[in-house]
Amino acid sequence: MDFLIFKAPMLMVQASLDGILLGILFALIAYGMALQWGVMNIINIAQGDLVILGGYIAYTIYLWGIHPAWGVIISPIIMFFVGWGLYKLVINKVVDRDLFISILATFGIAIVFQQLMNFIFGADVVVAQSEYGTTMLFDNSVTLPNSKIFSAFISVLYAIALVIYMRKSKLGRAIRATAQNARAAKILGVDTEKVYAATFGINAALCGIAGALISITLTLHPYVGLPYTVRSFMIVIVAGLGNLPAVAVSGMGLGLFEEFADYILGTEFRIGAVFLLLVLILVYRRFKLSKKREYLK
Amino acid sequence: MKQKDLILYSGLIILGLAAPYLFSAFKVQLTYLCVLIVLAMTWNLQGGEMGYNTFGNILFYGLGMYLTASVQVGMFFPLAEWTESGGEKTFVHTTAQYFQGIGVGLLVSAIVPAVIAGAIGYAILGLRGHYFAICTLGLGIAAGEIAGGIEIIGAGQGFTTPPFPAEIVDTEARGKFFYFLSFALLVGTFIFVKYIYGSRFRLILNAIRDNEDKAEAMGIQTMKYKIVGWMCSAFFCGLAGGIMGGLIGYIDSTDVAFDGREMGVFMVLMAILGGKGTLWGPVIGATLFHFFKEGLWTLILGWQYVALGVLIVVIVVYFPEGLMGWLREKYPERFGEVIDEKDRKAQVELK
Repeated sequence: MDFLIFKAPMLMVQASLDGILLGILFALIAYGMALQWGVMNIINIAQGDLVILGGYIAYTIYLWGIHPAWGVIISPIIMFFVGWGLYKLVINKVVDRDLFISILATFGIAIVFQQLMNFIFGADVVVAQSEYGTTMLFDNSVTLPNSKIFSAFISVLYAIALVIYMRKSKLGRAIRATAQNARAAKILGVDTEKVYAATFGINAALCGIAGALISITLTLHPYVGLPYTVRSFMIVIVAGLGNLPAVAVSGMGLGLFEEFADYILGTEFRIGAVFLLLVLILVYRRFKLSKKREYLK
Repeated sequence: MKQKDLILYSGLIILGLAAPYLFSAFKVQLTYLCVLIVLAMTWNLQGGEMGYNTFGNILFYGLGMYLTASVQVGMFFPLAEWTESGGEKTFVHTTAQYFQGIGVGLLVSAIVPAVIAGAIGYAILGLRGHYFAICTLGLGIAAGEIAGGIEIIGAGQGFTTPPFPAEIVDTEARGKFFYFLSFALLVGTFIFVKYIYGSRFRLILNAIRDNEDKAEAMGIQTMKYKIVGWMCSAFFCGLAGGIMGGLIGYIDSTDVAFDGREMGVFMVLMAILGGKGTLWGPVIGATLFHFFKEGLWTLILGWQYVALGVLIVVIVVYFPEGLMGWLREKYPERFGEVIDEKDRKAQVELK
């Protein structure tokens, strides 16, 4: 093997740490996707664009002279209302319909979002400087930006907070009841319309947090939303709906895969590898499932 | 009825043949229209008839584009040097070489995508519903990203297709050549799709759409028919891509060939706008869409993608049945549906 990564073991440590920290961030986005998929049965192609929008909100704060880390508090608040508005405007009309309708409708929303962000924030690649410095490990052979550690920490914090909220609060219980059986929940007096709107809002808020973290750890560009959608979709189908530890693990797995693919295949194939992995996972799943339905052969 | 059909079709063919002379300035637009109709009709075979909503037909379109150009160059000159030199041409095709190249190239670009569709069909078409939709979306984008990293077909720099031979003095010749090529493709596709509409094959596809498990239980080998259906689409999509590559003259991996953001969405949108699962729906949808696009794109310059996104949302949310579906609801007699007045009244009373 003539790859640099196999010659230098320290690069492997570097890629692994990067991948795991990145994967935690992906898992946060995937958690939002699992939430709306489980509760409302829609697949949101605009998920990644909500993330990028959240990132641009944090970037705007940074341009105003406030430290971008405040974005993880301000961005989800704004994004919650964006999500709520989006639900009232479009999503409530596609909730009970065929899944393909929701895919196409959110695809349309994604295009609108991309273009509006392009108008407002410009087509340049931007990044908000957190100036957190870097941590050096193993005699300076592994560099770890503190912003990545910060982002992983914040992601875990928010994920735990959300799990507790879902378990304890009234709205959280209503959301879980609706996910189990929307009709029964409605009969028992749950305002499902409100639950749906809140779910979509919470999902958008999660995207906002993830976006704010991406604005300080990675880069922002109006058209890079779709890979985030695909990553979160992939994590959800591997982990299954409503299985939070599995979401975290498969998120980290995806992060690792990406970092290693980056070193082995080259950066130009990184996004291609992500999409190809999606296809491979789906095909694997198809063959695994087809074994279960042998009676129909 | 038969005579009416004959008049309609011969009228359309005459109109199609006369169009480049009547609207001489719009030859490129007319070529686009033909290709768009072909793409919408072939998408309709999947999305409308078979119920497999694909975003992945763009894969075959892009493949066809790259294959035609590669064969056309590779038959006579070294391909790597051609793409490396970019716009500056050290090699020039003679007239005979150009037409031979494009002929063989189109043949390859029809067969190879169909073979690829057959090869990956067994794995991909086993997916159902939204998993299939997302998987094909991933396929199209992955193809674009990967093609953008391959050096021999130009990588991110793009691939300039051979220019139309300069020895032909007639300045109109290039436009006419591509128009008639795409028109021939359109006629061929239409005849083929019309043939499918009258055959047992269509009934099987519809059975798969309505209830795949039941169709399987009735003894239909659904997988076989799904793959054949997809191969038919791939065949025509590849040809359409090959023609488009020659017309545009420049292939970029994500903006021209595997252009999921434009072409990939257009074909879905056109078929839904006209009405899924009808013969004429995609034709009407594509024509309307093209007129709308060409008419309004220039007026709302810069905002066209916003308009496109809004259009998708509006069409999908409010008119999922499309134009033909709307007409069918309004004038059911025209579509050969007999309404029993007594029965209808009885139902109204029941409500």
